[in-house]
Amino acid sequence: MAATSKQRWAALAGGVTVLALALTGCSGGSNNSAGDGKTITWLVDNAENTVAAAEKVAEEFTAANPGIKVEVETRPQGGDGDNIVKTRLSTGDMADVFNYNTGSLLQQINPEQNLQPITSESYLSNVTDSFKPVVTSGGEVYGVPFSTGMAGAVLYNKKVYEKLGLSVPKTWDEFMANSRKIKEAGIAPIIQSYQTTWTSQLFVLGDFANVVTADPNFPADYTANKAKFATNAAAVKGFEHLEEAGKAGLFNEDFASTTYQQAQDMLVNGQGAQYPILSFALNNIKVTYPDKLNDLGLFPLPGDDASKNKLTVWMPGGTYIPKSTKNLEEAKKLQAFIASKAGCDAQTAAVGAAGPYLVKDCELPSDVPDAVKDMLPYFEDEAKNSPALEFLSPVKGPALEQITVEVGSGIRSAKDGAALYDEDVKKQAKQLNLPGWN
Amino acid sequence: MTLNTAPTPTAVRPVPQAAQPKRRKGKSPYPYWFYLPAAVIYTALFLVPTIVSFFFSLTRWNLSEFTFIGLDNFVQFFQEPALIKGLTNTFIYGLVTSVLKVVLGMLLAVLLTSQIIARGYLRSVMFFPVLLSSIGVGIVFTALMDPRNGMINEGLAAIGIQGPAWLTDPAWALISVALVDVWKGVGLATVIYIAGIVSILQEYFEAAKMDGASSFKSFFNITLPLARPATATVIILSLIGGLRSFDLIWAMTKGGPGFTSDVIASVIYKQYQAGFYGLSTAGNVVLFLIVTAIILPLSMFLNRKEVEQ
Repeated sequence: MAATSKQRWAALAGGVTVLALALTGCSGGSNNSAGDGKTITWLVDNAENTVAAAEKVAEEFTAANPGIKVEVETRPQGGDGDNIVKTRLSTGDMADVFNYNTGSLLQQINPEQNLQPITSESYLSNVTDSFKPVVTSGGEVYGVPFSTGMAGAVLYNKKVYEKLGLSVPKTWDEFMANSRKIKEAGIAPIIQSYQTTWTSQLFVLGDFANVVTADPNFPADYTANKAKFATNAAAVKGFEHLEEAGKAGLFNEDFASTTYQQAQDMLVNGQGAQYPILSFALNNIKVTYPDKLNDLGLFPLPGDDASKNKLTVWMPGGTYIPKSTKNLEEAKKLQAFIASKAGCDAQTAAVGAAGPYLVKDCELPSDVPDAVKDMLPYFEDEAKNSPALEFLSPVKGPALEQITVEVGSGIRSAKDGAALYDEDVKKQAKQLNLPGWN
Repeated sequence: MTLNTAPTPTAVRPVPQAAQPKRRKGKSPYPYWFYLPAAVIYTALFLVPTIVSFFFSLTRWNLSEFTFIGLDNFVQFFQEPALIKGLTNTFIYGLVTSVLKVVLGMLLAVLLTSQIIARGYLRSVMFFPVLLSSIGVGIVFTALMDPRNGMINEGLAAIGIQGPAWLTDPAWALISVALVDVWKGVGLATVIYIAGIVSILQEYFEAAKMDGASSFKSFFNITLPLARPATATVIILSLIGGLRSFDLIWAMTKGGPGFTSDVIASVIYKQYQAGFYGLSTAGNVVLFLIVTAIILPLSMFLNRKEVEQ
């Protein structure tokens, strides 16, 4: 009796283990058969502009390549979307083509292992050289640019500037002097929108062209764990400027509860004069305030030296092919189309252009917003711009937006904030196993 | 065993005697296979992930590979600048919400067990917030608590009070979320207390009344001590809920402004979101240990009192 009972328990335990393991281990890659190979899928984020542009590109692509249909799928933006991309890549379940970030974030999805290298493809010659480094990993190129380049800069209301007789500031001191005059006129000088936390980072991220001007080795030293924000005199300035502007009371009164959308409303309607932000806000303003779009201008976040006024630029996201695709030829054709003049034109037709394309021969329409025109001279002259730090170094901490909210709100000093951010990036460097951090 | 029972009258009855030893050996009337479905689900969804997470907390992993790094994740986790803030906030939050739920839940339960009009209706109204989604509640209260255009501060302004910037003032953010948590969760505490109070024999109250006890006296000397099992349940449930609270905080402040309303769970979530999987797994192990270390002795303490009573 006892023996049988033991055997039964053993059998039961065995059965449980087997079934449980089967339940726990997710089935690897449920492959939906590709049918006749004529429909390919393309995963993009669900921002209105991205979807509209992608669908237009897909439509034009099918017109140019009859027989290949493109189905546009969407995913959420931000961290949740990143997780979807990572999960689908690692389970071999990724769409045939997908959009994802360039620069430091690309390293997180392990390009060598997951993506199809396209270094030897002929269509890569259409892509501008400045873009290639941000989609390169281990010597291989993986993506083509989708959408346009943009800037981390100050959008300002030209009508307010005209009314008060101000001119575009070239140095930080001029910027502060302008801001005080705007405040005297009863208008919020600098708009901050801490309810949408990422917008708080611009004083630091957008100042990077000035950092690299003062210390050209900063990105390399930073990646090698030799330079720090808190101890580098040039790098800490972004934090200090943020603190200084906050302490001087130059922010809109309700900056802590203002959202990104409300900030744009304030800027366009002249309740606020200057908004340090990424220039893709212009895409949104174009939809919400089409008739007031040209009231806005753009200038780089100023540094100390007027003669070295530089713009910090952001590269567009990339379009990549996962190794798991079954329709490689068709996927490459779509990539080639995106990296061509026809691809840019399709995007412009759908959503307009908020900055220059990084594909050769692509032209901007004559009716680009004034703020984009302000940006172009900086883009055209390589000496007048620098890519943001995230395109030059894989080291980027996740908590910068909380830290800049604290510094801007006066909860934490600039010095402490910079030191805290230096701590924060250690985790990223360790996760990526960078030399010099362990 | 059988020797002890031999002198008793039951021993002379042959049938139960034959049946008893068998059952003692663990013979259940059901075949073992009946355990299988529950065991599989429990093993797959609870045991395996728990054990695996203990292992992965010792590695640095992404979705495709892992490197064993010993206790580095725990070292890193305890060096996390936001952690001390997160830990303190977690305890403040757990304490504030459970104390308020106990006090308010008890008072509401006393009210709702007394003879008042529309008692059934009031009871359901009390319980409704429990049924709402935390995210929905969070979004609604974020709008209500807006410092300038929010209904709460406009209401306060109407009676001449300048309300605080609930969610954006570092001194208020955590408390504001805790108050919303209490609003949302007090219904459950009330229902538990109602059940506890209703099960107290009416004779006690009648006897107390005969002896001339005031309502205050019968509350403190009858209701409060005899509803102790309910109190224990409410405290444990709301403390566990408070310690691992996340959804409401994330919906309302995302741990902000800055790090001022971060709790352990939101610190862990942000690490996971940033792709530091090993680190966040270690954080979850730590959270698991902290909750166990607090709840286990507390539950033993509360239950012992219950037995003595």
